[in-house]
This record gives sequence, structure tokens and C-alpha cells, in this order.
Amino acid sequence: MTDRRRTGLFAGLVALLILGTGFFDNWNLALIILNYGLISAIMALGVNLQWGLAGLFNVGIMGFVALGGLASVLLSMPPVRESWAAGGGRTLLGLAIGAVAIVALVAVYKRMRKGRTRAFVMLALTIAGFFAFRTVFDGGVEAIEAVNAASAGYLGGLNFGGDTGRDWWWMPILGWPVGGLLAAGAAWAIGKTALGLRSDYLAIATLGIAEIIIAVLKNENWLSRGVQNVTGLPRPVPYETDLQADPAFVAAAAEFGIDPTTASTLTVKLAYAGLFAVFLIVILILAQRALHSPWGRMMRAIRDNEVAAEAMGKDVTRRHLQIFIIGSAICGLAGAMMTTLDGQLTPASYQPLRFTFLVWVMVIVGGSGNNIGAALGGMLIWWLWVAVGEYGPDLMIWATSALHADSALKASLIDSAPQMRFLVMGTVLLLILRFSPRGILPEK
Amino acid sequence: MELLNGLVFLTNFVIVPALAYGAQLAIGALGVTLVYAILRFSNFAHGDTMAFGTAVTIKVTAVLVALGVTLGPLPTALLALPVGIAATGLLLLGTDWLVYKFYREQKAKPVILVIVSLGVMFVLNGLTRVFIGVRDIQFADGARFLFTVQQFKAWSGLDEGLAVRTTQAITLVTAAITVAVLFWFLNKTRTGKSMRAFSDNEDLALLSGIDPDRVVRVTWLIVAALATIAGVLYGLDKSFKAFTYFQLLLPIFAAAIVGGIGNPVGAIAGGFLIAFAEVTVTYPLKKVLTYWLPDGMGPDGLVQLLSGDYKFAVSFMILLIVLLFKPTGLFKGQSI
Repeated sequence: MTDRRRTGLFAGLVALLILGTGFFDNWNLALIILNYGLISAIMALGVNLQWGLAGLFNVGIMGFVALGGLASVLLSMPPVRESWAAGGGRTLLGLAIGAVAIVALVAVYKRMRKGRTRAFVMLALTIAGFFAFRTVFDGGVEAIEAVNAASAGYLGGLNFGGDTGRDWWWMPILGWPVGGLLAAGAAWAIGKTALGLRSDYLAIATLGIAEIIIAVLKNENWLSRGVQNVTGLPRPVPYETDLQADPAFVAAAAEFGIDPTTASTLTVKLAYAGLFAVFLIVILILAQRALHSPWGRMMRAIRDNEVAAEAMGKDVTRRHLQIFIIGSAICGLAGAMMTTLDGQLTPASYQPLRFTFLVWVMVIVGGSGNNIGAALGGMLIWWLWVAVGEYGPDLMIWATSALHADSALKASLIDSAPQMRFLVMGTVLLLILRFSPRGILPEK
Repeated sequence: MELLNGLVFLTNFVIVPALAYGAQLAIGALGVTLVYAILRFSNFAHGDTMAFGTAVTIKVTAVLVALGVTLGPLPTALLALPVGIAATGLLLLGTDWLVYKFYREQKAKPVILVIVSLGVMFVLNGLTRVFIGVRDIQFADGARFLFTVQQFKAWSGLDEGLAVRTTQAITLVTAAITVAVLFWFLNKTRTGKSMRAFSDNEDLALLSGIDPDRVVRVTWLIVAALATIAGVLYGLDKSFKAFTYFQLLLPIFAAAIVGGIGNPVGAIAGGFLIAFAEVTVTYPLKKVLTYWLPDGMGPDGLVQLLSGDYKFAVSFMILLIVLLFKPTGLFKGQSI
């Protein structure tokens, strides 16, 4: 089978699954799957750049996705002026002190000669810096969190479009690339320290960094309200209620023979799907160009044989850092899109199985090293993830229909059906690794 | 007196909990380190192996309690532990036969095995969730305390009290026995010696007639025992929740790597180091300092260096510092 045909068949299968969900169940669900599927595809492209192209084993995807979500909040929410007045400056000053201390530490480490004096200076600097940072920073944070704690208690964002930020509807879209930038910044700092490590050490390091990023989001209430969540993010697309109130829209819906409520929800989701598809296509084209460029060949050469590539004069460390930043930025972009689509930032919902390892399943099943494969793998695995959760319980009721109606085993099996997701994902991953280790669409 | 009061307070809130937690991490890290030494990959499924073993033990405990069989002051789970170990052992042997064996025979790269272990992690996680659910489960029964705060105060006449929970005492005793047995096995028995030989130099071991399949089987059985013991001890001390066990992976790996992955002594040292660092940095030390510093010099704040949720950050910072400055770990890696 030719590559082109294989790709076509795979794309057809994904389209068929989503359309089938629409025809046989409902279009709302199909569009929800499509929207999250498009976002998953972007995440998978980011991971594919790192793993498929450069062989970097990054299992900290969740952290970059969450940073993107944070950027989405910071750009699309209106600022809380009282909080800024109460302690904004002091908090920022505290952060600046912390940053200066870290820069000074690095400078001392690099400039001074190794020995007891250096160790002593670094220790003193660490302690002094830490306490100076905490003294200034804690006061500011306390003041901010005291402002209207039930509904605000944080600094808010940068959206100056009215009280709710709805007037500047384009701010959330601007937040997506900013999410990418934020993730890129974090990736630079992480890559500088951790990229020299062996593959499984790098994996554990990135796993830990992701947990730390989530811990920061959960704790720093002044930044994004922590576990109290930020809800009601402004949207880049119309609101359902506005559409239903618009006579022209109601008339158009009547012409298609759908009631206005359904029509409005479908329209909103289709608008999102259009936006996401544009971003996905642009990233996919760029990723394809990169893959087939001299730069892409160099990356693959480094992946396949680092020593040989280094002997040819390629700067392996620099290239690794570069692709680590690009891949993480794409994950951050997708994370920002997801938070906008959710309309809220809930740090407690970030779990590594869902936001890191599931994305890895997508890439490996789709075909690592093949951009189109990874993107389609993202949509396929996302469909499967939702389908097992949605249809699993029904399937379980059918499968256990032979058991006695009130047997305890039957009840517990049906209760646990949604948990089958993990079992199914693991099995799919293991089967692919065993029988088609290069994925559904192998690298060319 | 002030000094003693401060010491007792510190013991009660920092040293005893950290000792128990450290012992649990150490046994977990021993499992990771053994897989690394013999099978040569980082096993991401270890946290979920612990969860599975604990889940089986909890179910058996429930049956035993329903039958009226208990251990008196000790938790019944100890009686159910061997069943949990046996079930986990069978599971791991099955996983090895079904999954890992194929890649071992192909001599796949370690990173491939890590990805395979991600798949196993998903499957085990799902199995545990289906088997026992996602709720928080308390399964410690028997006496709650070895001695309570009141008893200690009456005995010592100090202002500060010290209590040791039964589960903490059991953790330490069980951990000591487990480690002693493991080291005896590795150093004194024929099978243990063949495992060490296999870890040191695979080709040489094969040449001298050591059966690699047998070494691998024994390793998985030991790993099953270690994982289940660590999981049950952690669950008795705190509580059981499938998701928390997955999260234990990070401190366990940190412990194994900090100690020098592949080295059992290192795993134990690493476990205690990580545990003490986590507990000390995230516990408010104000009261200790008030006791110890001269009058009026006591701190105003809580002296809690970081809030409790940042405990991951602590194990992670230690991990990063060790990896950057002494990549082989505190004890040299790869030698059991």
C-alpha cells in the first residue's frame, strides 16, 4: 500500500468515526470530540517534534499545557484594579528580588573559582535571597488575596475590553500564541538544566517539573486563584444566548429546520472548530516543511547517531534545546486553546495520565516521526478516549446482561466501566508497540 | 528542659513521620532499583504495581475481617499481605511473559522498554481502578497508638507530647526485616549471588551458566514483594487511593536516583534523605525554634519554608542537584 493511500485511509477512518458519532448519537457530542480532537492533534504534533524528530523523551507535557492555560487566563480576563492597587507592585518587586537572587547565584557559580569561599558565598546568597524574597513577596500576596476573596483575590488579566472583557473578543485568540511563548520560556529554563541528562533521567526530570508547575498553579492564588479556579473566561466566538436573541439567526435556523437552541450550540462549536482547524493546518504545514528541510534531516541525523552528527560539526546540545523549546511551545499553544474552549482554568484537573501520557499514546499509535500520523493519531485516540467513557457503560450493561440482575459483581462492573479508559489505552499502546512499533503511519 | 521540649516536638511532628515515610520510599525505591539493575530500564509502572498489590491486600483484609479473623492490636492487613504479594507476583510474571520478554529477546533499547512500561502503567492503573474503585480507603484496624501524647506526658513530665502510631512502628519494623532479608538473600544465597553477577556483567554471567530467565523471574517476584509491602505500609500509614500511588512514582524515582540507581544501599539512603527533606521543608518549625532560641529571639512567622503542596518540588530539587553535580548518585550506581 502506498503512503498516500495509507494516509488517506487513516484520515477517512477518523472522519468516519466522528461523523458516525454525529449520525448515530448526536452532533453536539461529535463536535465536542472534533474540537478537543483538533487540540489533541496540535499537542501530538508538539510531542512528535520532540520525540519523533529529535528523540527527546519529554514526559512533562502536562506542565506546558497548564502554562498555556495560565496564559489564556492572563490575557483574556479583565484586570482586578483593586488587587493591583493593594499589592500588585509589591508582589512583582518580590518576584524581581527572587529573579535577581537566582541570576546572582548563577553568576557567582560561573565567575568565582571553585572552593570553600564560593560555596560559602552561594549559601549566604541563597539564604539572604530566599528570606528577602519571602518578606517582600508574602506581604504583597496577602494584600491581593484579601481583595474580594470570593470572586477575585487575584491580579486578573490584561483584557481591558469592558468589565467582563467581552468587548475585546480577540484577546483569547491572542492568548494562544502567548501561551506558546510562556511554555517556550519555561522550556528554555528547563532545557538549559535538564537536557544533558540521559533519556530516562530526562523523563523523570520533566515529570517532576510538570508536577511543580501544577503545584504552583494550585498554590499561587494571587496569580490565577489556585484551586478556586478562574471561571467565565471571555470567548472569541459568539455566545449561545446572544445568538438565540438575534432574529436573523433564529430565522436562518428555522430555514434549516433546527430549533434555535440546538442551532446556537452547534454554531458556537463549529466556530471553534474553524478556529482550531486554521491553527492546526498552519502548524501542520510548518511541521511538514521543517521535517523535509535540511534542518529536519539534521535533526533526524542527530537522533539516529549523536556522535556522528557531532563529528560532522553539528551542535547537538543547541539543537536539542531548540527543538525542546519549539515542541513545548506548541503544547503550550494547544493548552491555551483548550482553556479557552473550557471557559475556565481548573488546576486540579491537570493529571499526568490525561495530559502527558495520553498524548504520548497518540503520537506512538499515530506514528512517531510522521507529522500527519501523529495529528491523526491525536484525533483517533481522543475519539477512543471519549467513546470508551461514553459508550463503555452501555457496553458493560450489555456484556453483563447474562449475570443476575442484582448481583454485586454486575453492579461493580457497571460502576467501574468509565475506568476502562485506562485499560483500553494501555492495551492499544502495548498492541501497537508489539505489532506495529512504528505506528499506524510509519516515518518515511 | 527547653531543649528537650523542642526535641520532643520535633520528633513528634518531623522525625517520626519522616522515618516512616522514608522507610516506605526506601522499599519502593528498592523495587525500582532492582528492575533497573537486572532488567536495565526505569519502570514507570512501579507506582501502579504498588497500588495493585495494596488493592488485593485490602480486598483480602476485608474478607478476613468479615470472617472474624483479626490480629488483635496489629492491623489485619499484615495477615493478608502474603496473598497480596502472591497475586502481584503472578501479575508481574504474567506481564513479563506477555510483554517485556519480547523486547528483552530483541535486545530493544532501554527507552523503548520505558515506553512499554508506560503502557503497562496504563493497564495496571485501569485494572486497579476497575478492581477497587477510585475512592479513598482506610484499612488500618487494631490499636491506633503504640503510646499516646497523654501517656508520654505523664511518663516524662514534659510540656510537649510524643505519640507513635502503630502503623508507624509497624512500618519501621517491617522495613527493617524486609531490608535484612533482601540483603541476606542477595549476599548469601546462590540465587542472590547469580542475580548480582547478572547485574554486574551479563555476558560473563551467561558464560558461567546462570539461567537468565530464572534471574528475571526471581527479580520480578522480589519486586512484587517489595512493591506490595511498600504500598501496604504507605496505605496503612496514610490511606489508599489509586491516584496517590501513581504520584509516589516521583519521590520513589528521586530516592533511587539520588542514592545511585541500581544500588540497594543507595535506594535506602535516598528514601530517607528525600523523606526528611520533604517533611522538614514543608513543616512549620516555629515552635521548635521558639524552644531552642533564647527568650525573645523566637521567630514571628511560621518558619514554614514552603507550603505542603510543594513537597514534589523538594524531592525534585534534590534530584536535579544530584543529577547535575553527581550524576551517579551518592553511592555509585549499577551494583547490587
